Amino acid sequence: MASVKSLDDLKRIREEALKKQQLKETSGKTEVIVGMGTVGIAAGARETLKAILEMIETENLGDIIVRQTGNIGLDSFEPIVQVALPGEEKVTYGKVNPEMARQIIKEHVVGGNIVTEYQIRG
Amino acid sequence: MRELALHILDIAENSISAGADKIRISVSERVNDDILEIVIEDNGKGMDPETLSGITDPFITSRTTRKVGLGIPFLKAAAEACDGTFDIQSSVGYGTTVQATFKHSHIDRMPLGDISGTMQTLIIGTPEVNWVFEYHTDAGSFVFDDKPIKDTLDGVPLSEPAVMRFIREMLDEGIQSLHQQVADTITSGH
Repeated sequence: MASVKSLDDLKRIREEALKKQQLKETSGKTEVIVGMGTVGIAAGARETLKAILEMIETENLGDIIVRQTGNIGLDSFEPIVQVALPGEEKVTYGKVNPEMARQIIKEHVVGGNIVTEYQIRG
Repeated sequence: MRELALHILDIAENSISAGADKIRISVSERVNDDILEIVIEDNGKGMDPETLSGITDPFITSRTTRKVGLGIPFLKAAAEACDGTFDIQSSVGYGTTVQATFKHSHIDRMPLGDISGTMQTLIIGTPEVNWVFEYHTDAGSFVFDDKPIKDTLDGVPLSEPAVMRFIREMLDEGIQSLHQQVADTITSGH
């Protein structure tokens, strides 16, 4: 089947990404982790992660690594999102729906301020 | 789970936990045979026969020693409730293959759902795995392999916004174009 997308398009994307990286200082990457165990999935973790991906795409946010992981072990707080800014401690958020996820990206990942009202403290 | 795509996501998590670095997900909608088949095949560490025999029973293993979640008994129950079948084959050191079939027209069969969203979650969220997604229908197939993409990117991360968009559009367009082919086949009376 003919696809509109070609690897040549991707090569161009790669060149642009590399140019952008050269301009920036090596400040490290922010890590965003979404728990994707059975309980998380049933509680809507895929929609939460998708909202994060959409936000990164539409706001063109670079230097963020999004990961999904198996059970984080806090079943009653699923979906769980963890954010680690470069060189900082990991912050864990609970019962994160897509709207909350967008707020966390905006305020914490971009703005650098922890959204304390959604935070789970151990 | 409300979608087959969520079951697929859940089973694929087991493959990741088993240390697989290549995972193939195949969905076949064979309407002419009234079958919807899902296959998740990995090259992870596999299971011995004893573990394998208990894997479909949610009550056999204690939760503390369980390495995989309830995903497998859930999928098995869903398939069997739709006049389908469930099979799991595993070999230590070689990997595990999960296969579930559903009667396509069964009233209780869940929709496939957001399979593109499931694949994006897996591909972007677990970049160290080589993901292959196959979607087969009576009218044709769509095959997505992320290896050429990663080779082309050569170190540029998948979570780069423009790369994410590329992958999302590639999956969405492939799936939509396949659905269009199926619709065209139906209207042309084959």
